[in-house]
Formats: sequence, structure tokens, C-alpha cells
Amino acid sequence: MDDTIVAISTSLGVGAISIVRVTGKEALKIVNKVFKGENLERVKSHTIHYGHIVYKDEEIDEVLVSIMLAPRTYTKEDVVEVNCHGGINTTNKVLEVLLLNGARLAERGEFTKRAFLNGRIDLTESEAVMDLIESKSDIERRLALKNEKGNLKNLITEYRNKITDLISHIEVNIDYPEYYDIEVMNDEKIKKTLEYLLKDINKLINESENKQIIKTGIKTIIVGRPNVGKSSILNSLLDENKAIVTDIPGTTRDIVEGEIYIDGINLNIIDTAGIRETEDKVEKIGVLKSLDLIDKADLVLVVLNSGEKLTKEDLEILDKTKNKTSIVILNKNDLDSKIDKKLLENRIIIETNTLDSNGIMPLKDKIKELFNLDMIDTLDYTYLTSARSMSLAKKTKASLENAYQGTINNVPIDMIEIDIKDAFDYLGEIIGTTYSDEILDNLFKNFCVGK
Amino acid sequence: MKYDVIVIGGGHAGCEASLAAARMGKNTLLITGNINNIADMPCNPAIGGPAKGIIVREIDALGGEMGRNADKATLQIKLLNTKKGPAVWALRSQADKVIYPKEMLKTIMSTENLTVKESLVEHLNVENNKIKSVILETGEEIETKTLVITTGTYLKGMILVGSEKHSGGPHGERPSKYLSDDLKKLGFNILRLKTGTPQRIDKNTIDYSKTELELGDDKELTFSFDNKAYYDYKNQIACHLTYTTPLTHKIINENLEKSSMYGGYVEGVGPRYCPSIEDKVVRFKDKERHQLFIEPESIDESSKDYGNTIYLQGFSTSMPHDIQEKMVHSLPGFEHAKILKYAYAIEYDAIDSRQLKQSLESKVVENIFTAGQINGTSGYEEAAGQGIIAGINAALKVDGKDPLILKRNEAYIGVLIDDLVTKGVKDPYRMLTSRAEYRLLLRNDNADIRLRKYGHDVGLVSDSKYKEFENKLQHIEELKKYLKENKVTPKEEVNNYLESIGSSTLKDGISMYNLLKRPEITIENIKHFIEIPYTDDEIEEVVINIKYAGYIDKALEEAKKMLNLENKKIPEDIDYNKVPNIASEAREKLNKIRPTSLGQASRISGVNPADISILMVYLKRNESNE
Repeated sequence: MDDTIVAISTSLGVGAISIVRVTGKEALKIVNKVFKGENLERVKSHTIHYGHIVYKDEEIDEVLVSIMLAPRTYTKEDVVEVNCHGGINTTNKVLEVLLLNGARLAERGEFTKRAFLNGRIDLTESEAVMDLIESKSDIERRLALKNEKGNLKNLITEYRNKITDLISHIEVNIDYPEYYDIEVMNDEKIKKTLEYLLKDINKLINESENKQIIKTGIKTIIVGRPNVGKSSILNSLLDENKAIVTDIPGTTRDIVEGEIYIDGINLNIIDTAGIRETEDKVEKIGVLKSLDLIDKADLVLVVLNSGEKLTKEDLEILDKTKNKTSIVILNKNDLDSKIDKKLLENRIIIETNTLDSNGIMPLKDKIKELFNLDMIDTLDYTYLTSARSMSLAKKTKASLENAYQGTINNVPIDMIEIDIKDAFDYLGEIIGTTYSDEILDNLFKNFCVGK
Repeated sequence: MKYDVIVIGGGHAGCEASLAAARMGKNTLLITGNINNIADMPCNPAIGGPAKGIIVREIDALGGEMGRNADKATLQIKLLNTKKGPAVWALRSQADKVIYPKEMLKTIMSTENLTVKESLVEHLNVENNKIKSVILETGEEIETKTLVITTGTYLKGMILVGSEKHSGGPHGERPSKYLSDDLKKLGFNILRLKTGTPQRIDKNTIDYSKTELELGDDKELTFSFDNKAYYDYKNQIACHLTYTTPLTHKIINENLEKSSMYGGYVEGVGPRYCPSIEDKVVRFKDKERHQLFIEPESIDESSKDYGNTIYLQGFSTSMPHDIQEKMVHSLPGFEHAKILKYAYAIEYDAIDSRQLKQSLESKVVENIFTAGQINGTSGYEEAAGQGIIAGINAALKVDGKDPLILKRNEAYIGVLIDDLVTKGVKDPYRMLTSRAEYRLLLRNDNADIRLRKYGHDVGLVSDSKYKEFENKLQHIEELKKYLKENKVTPKEEVNNYLESIGSSTLKDGISMYNLLKRPEITIENIKHFIEIPYTDDEIEEVVINIKYAGYIDKALEEAKKMLNLENKKIPEDIDYNKVPNIASEAREKLNKIRPTSLGQASRISGVNPADISILMVYLKRNESNE
């Protein structure tokens, strides 16, 4: 925590400006060493300065430098942001120069970690910031922004307040049993409140799970024999979206990956090596990898050639994918179909010709339909954004369910309350609250007791 | 001569402290302003209640006096919350305000090693930051090795009625005027608290037909594990209930500015759970009526103070006398009631309990212990619970032994003290079941199983009594085994019986132990099949452990987690300024409270989980550096 860290905080290759961010005790000193312009160690906080980054008399980039002094900064430490204008290479060079002058390359998420450890943000907020850093699509970025402002925190706090009311009502019955004017909390009343709470928490969990699709994208794999038109399907999907296609290094043959967006949802598409019986060692690895990818995919596109009868390999592919979410594409539908449709019973089928420019539309519509993309209200939700908070939400749910079960089994209210209190604590953990007397405060606020 | 332990104050904390120290063989002196007020009950004529009743059981298990003494004074007694789980069952008794102090005084006077002196302590003589002696109002100096201060509401006590204000204790005794200044000079932080007490009414001027009757339980009950009842449960004294009326509320609202509280005559902070009637009326405007308890103070009619009085619980106020008259007469049954003593509020000095160690020894001056209201608590039981611990630890300190510290999963007394030293108080602290996170473990029935051993270890529980307790434990194990070994088979008469009591029939044989796990099966049902030759206490213990095993196991699991954090000790000389990146609020609090473990640190409000992780990392790094 004592050293000064640096990282490029905008994504490489996107946009004209990239920002190199430095934080730590020596942030000002290090940047100042390579900055030609004003003396940055003497300027006011929260100001911007024009100048050049210079190293060994060589002018590297024309920059604007923002100076933010502790503690009113993201990390609560001194922060310097260098706005570079020269594209990827010069930005990298600026980074390198700063590293050479005493800064250390930040680990993934280290700025946020500092912000958190310095008490700048609470846990949910920091999770949201992580998501913001990692967010790939617009919708996801907006979601992350919402969460950062504390929407999730507000929601969780609302649930906790409901539970506080319930617990303090039970408590007042226990600690003031001789007050006959106070409504007695019985199983029926507790049950009713628990039903509402469970509905809320279920909604939160379900919506958050949907959101996982927004966040991680739909992992899609295209499989089929060689030369059935897999690559042309990939290309027509990609072409339309002008996405980047990269050869993945390290694989031996023919695995090509790309990303597209359908209605703002990220689709990661992998085109695989053709699957066929092979003796070729190199090709075999590719084929095995394809089979492995089928297991991990969210969606499998099985491509068949309409013009040929189903082969042994086709049937094998169909068999391997029968339990997956999959779409069977009968390509080259301009040819007379020689495929026996009886063998494709219970499968979702699209007939298309990828050489036709409109041929890809039915496929996209089908994908939307399959993943209920229209149903995901991508703009208005508050989500649990990490595995940690998701697991806590599920624990909350389990505790509420135990309590509910308790009311059915005539368990005494003070024991039912144990599970309700657990739920309360788990929710508190999501937003990182401290030990406090909120239940007692609530009790004395809402009930007139005491002799 | 030099005493081992001096106790200042003869209230409920002072009685337990001086008895504990003397019984542990320490030469003990109890100094009180008025011997006749020893163990006086200046507030309600009752002992126990939810959580508080369990504290009394804990005191008894440790070898203290309150339980036994309360049993001697029982006028009426109930087990509360019986419709709820066994964890929240609690005894509450109406105690005779004449018998209780009289019996306690008898015990104190007949205890070896214990001397009583009537005087006021005005100064403390401290040398090398250790208590050396106390100086009485007469100028007399008495040396001591340790000191327990249990002065209750007497530190700069101030009685308030309406706009009138005069210094004094509950019975018009002289307050201690200088001691709190001395404490302040020594470095104790002083805070000002307030409490109140309602009117005493002539019991023969009330029309009881307009009130509701409240009776005790129809069986013999005792606080003490001695199980000796001194009352006849068929002839318990009755209590009554009444309610405020719209007229009462009108009188209060029209005269609010005349009360000490609302007129702005009070500086002290009053308890939230014990609000004055004007507080209740103002804060809960929509409530049409407030419940009031009519409790007899004593059956000894020869007593000048308590013989003819009832205590009007729930009606405490700081209104002037004329308004109080109107208020009382507006209550059903009280139209012609005669007020014998008006309600009043009392303000007093207390110390900041965060300056105490878990042993109740002060961090400010060595060998000074404090207990009871001076630590910011309220209630006889809370005071007595601290008193016995302070007395035990003063005695242990004399011998140079480690203090007795009860943990949060062991006793309400442990919760109480941990809350005091960790969180401090803003208003007088009352014990509530919800303050205990492991209350399922801290039950009325098992106080002896939790604490008797500690009492025996320090020497407050005699060997013969401890033997009795060990027998009980043995019987409990035997009974469990007995229930496991005895089985019923799906015979027709068995299934007919089960059906008749609304339980499902058997297909296979089942042990009594497992049958008892069914929610609808009681021990009485089991007695239908086999005899159970054990005492009610032993049976109760076993039944609770069988029926609620799942919940109890879970609580034990939770407690274990807490203990793990509790066992991560923070070195006494830690410099929080050297721990990087702790939030400044947390740093300030940690510096002030100086918790002894990470567990305690985590319970300080304002210390975040993030601060705890940073602290944990820091401690680990320092450990590995060494």
C-alpha cells in the first residue's frame, strides 16, 4: 500500500484518448519527473495542466495532466491522470516511462482495492466499480453506474428495514410479555411477512442471474463437419456487426473467435475445427477441443448441409448436442433438401442460406427468443454484481425459507427469529454494515414499553 | 489496618461484591451511608423479568446471594414467556421490600471476614496509579489493596420534581458530593444520567373493582438452584392492572412545560426503555392508553415506608405535585387514591464504562473496580451481576490471579459487561434478551450447567453443593441414555395412543429419544409408555436438548466462530497510529477502547469489517516478523 501504482485506465485501442492513471504517495513526484510544463508539485488540487511527456530529451506525447490531491480522490491518495492523445503505442510508451521512474504496474482492480481499504467505498460499491472496469457493453456499463450510486445498497437496506420491523416486533413480545396492548406476533403474521420478503429476494436473485448473461455474454459455439458453411455463418454474423475476428494463438487449427452484440447483449462466438473422424494428430486435438467447447457453451449452433444426407459425423454431432441449448441450421437451403427431418425431431431448426445477405436474420431472432432477451429489462434493474453477494443473497433466501418452514412446524417465535436474524446479517454483509443496535433502536422507536 | 477489599455502597452491586470477596476469604469492608438502606429496593418491588431473571439464576449459579434472597421475599412469582421457546423463559417475582433488605442485612452481618461501616467516602488516595486508601467524611483514612465502587445514583445525586431540584438520594439521604470530582481528577470520564420512579399510593384508597387482576403461577417456583420455596404458591399476593385515560393524556399535554424533562430542568440522559409517562404520551400520540401495573410493596404493615403502599409501575413522571394529583385521580380505580410519596426523577454521575477492562477493573487506576449504576446500567439484577464479578475479580487480584471473565456465549452477565466495556452507554443500560446473540445457549434452565464450575473454582460454591450439581449432570446423561435405550414398537395400542394425541402412527420401532423429537410429543406422552424416575429440572434439561437440538447446535457453531475471533488477541501495547489505512473513526475508537481481541474490536460501532481485516493482516505480519 505504500508504493505508487500506475495503469492505463482506458481500454486499449478504443477511442482517441487514453488515460494513464497514477496513485500513491509519489504519484506527483514521478509524473513531474517526466513532465515538461508547470511544476506539478506546486499546483492546486483538482486542476488540469497542458504539457508534454519527455524522456531522455525525446518528446513522447502531448498530454493534459489532471492533479487530484488526497484525500478527495478516488483512492483517497494523490491521483494523477495523464490524458494521452497518441494512440496505443505512445500510451504504452508513457506507461513505460512512468514505470522506469519508480511507479509499479497496478494489479487488476488495485485502484479499487485501495479505494476500499482507504475507506472510500463500501463493498457493493467496489464490486460495481470492478464491473465498470470490466464492462464490455453499454448496457452493462449503465448497470454498473447505477450500482455504483448505491441502488443495490438502497434496495438491500429496504429489505433489512422490513426485517428489522419484524424482528423488533418479535423482540418486544419476548422482552415485554406483560404488555397486553402490544399485538402478539404469531406464526400467521410472521409467515405473511416472510412471504413478501421471499418474493423480494427471489426477484433480486433471478434478475441478477439474468444479468449474468448481460455481463458475461452468451458463449456460442458453431459446430459441424468441414465445409458445411460454418465460417460463412460466422462471417455473416460478424460482418454485419463489424466486430473483430482473431485467430487464437496456441490452438492448432481453425478455431476462430469473435464477438457481436444482439440488442446490447454480448455474443461470444467460436467457430471450431470441423468435426470428423481423423487420424491426423494435429487435427485431432482441434476436434477434441471442439467437443470440450460444446460442454462449456451456453448456445450451440449445429450447421448441416441441406444438400447432403446426414452422415455418421452429423448424427454424432446431433447426439452430442441434444441436451444443450442449440439451434440446428440447415445451410444452403437453395439446394434441394436431402435431410430426413424425422432425425431432427424436437430440435430447433433454422433454414437459411448464408450467402444471402438477409439469411442471417432468422437466426438472430431465434437467439433473442431463446434467451428471452426481450424480457431482460436492461435498463432498470439493480443487481448483485459478484459471486460473493450472489452467494450471500442465496444464503439470505435459505434462512428466510428455514424461518418460513419453522412457522409451519410450530417452532417457537424466538427460534424462528434466529433464522430471520441470519437473513438480516447476510444482507448486512452484502453492503458491509458494522455491528450496531439498529434492532433495539427500532424497538424503542416503534413500541411504547417500559415501566 | 489494611483491608484486602473495600466496597463503597451497600446496594445490590455492593452486597454481591462484598459477600463474594469475603466468602473468598478476603478481609472485606463494606462502607455504606446508611446501614438500614442496605439492599434497599428504591424502585420497583420486583426481581427478574425477561433476561434479568436469567441474570439472577446466573448469580445463584456462581454462588451469589440475590436468587436465594429474592426467594425469601417472594410475594408472587411467574415464569414468563412459557408460550415461547425455553431460551426466553424467565422468572419474575414480586419481592417484599421489607423482607428483601432485612434478609440481605442478616446474611451480610453473619458473613465471616466482612465488616460493615456507616460513613461516606469523600476522597480516594491513589499512589503510583494504584489505590492506596479511602478517606471518609470524618477524615479517617482506611488502607486497602483493592477497591470496588458501587455508589449507585449517589454520585452528585439530584432529585427533581417539576421545576424543583435538590441534592439527595432516593430516600432523602445525603449524596456523595466530592467522590465524582475525585474520580474525574484521576482521569475517569464522567457522564450524567437520569432515571425516574413513580408514585407510591395508599393501597387502601384504591377501588380494585375497576382494575384487572394479575396472579402468580399455580406452582412452586424459585430463582435459586437450592429450590427452597419460602412462600405458599396457593396464597400469593395479587397484583392489578389499570390504564391511562384520555383525561390523563389531556392533563399531561396541558402541563408539559411544568415537567422537569420538558421544562428543560434536566441535563441527564434518561433510559429509553423506562420512559416517563409524559415521554410515552408525547412520543406515542396515537396510542389511546398506556398500561400501568399496580404492585404491592410489602405485606409488613408495620413498615413506615412500605407497609401500606402500592407501586404504580409505568407512571413515573417529573411533574410537580399538584399535577401528579390530577394525573393519578384520572386513572380508573384511583379516583380517590391517596398519594403517599410523589414520583420524582433522579440525576446522577456515572463513569464511562469504556474505561473498564472486561474484569471490571478500571484502566485508569489499578485495583479500582466499579459495578452497577455507576457504570451506566439500570436495574437491581444488572447491578448485582456486575457486583459479584467485581467482588470475585478484586479478590482474585489480591491473590495475583487471572480475573474471571464470562464470555458472551456463557452468560448474560458476560454480554452485559462486554457491551459496557466495548460499546459504552448513552442512556442507562438495561439487559434485554435481544442483546444476547446466543440466547438459546443462555437459558433459565441451564445457568448452573454454564456457570457452577466457575463458582466452585473461585470458592463461592461449596464442595457439597458442587457434588449435588455433578450428580445432576450425571442424571442428565443417564436419562438421555435411558430414553435412547427404551423403544416402542408399532403395536396397535401404541398407534392408537399416538393417533389419539394427534401424532402419526409408527411403522417401525422408535426410541423414546427420537419420539420426543416430534414437535407434538411431550414428556407426559412419554410417561404413558415408561416411568421417568428423575427430577423435573433434570427432565426439563434433557427435553429441551432433544427438542431443539438443531437450533442449539447451530448456536454452538456460531459461538465457536465468535470464539475464534475472540482468541485472536491484540497486544496491549499496539500502536494504532502505525496500522496503515484504518479509517480515522475506527482508529480513534480503537485507541480509546483498546479492545483485547479482534472479536471485541469487531463489536465496536464505527469499526468496519474492512478495518478488522486490515488489523488482522497487520497483526499477522507483525507476528511473523517477530
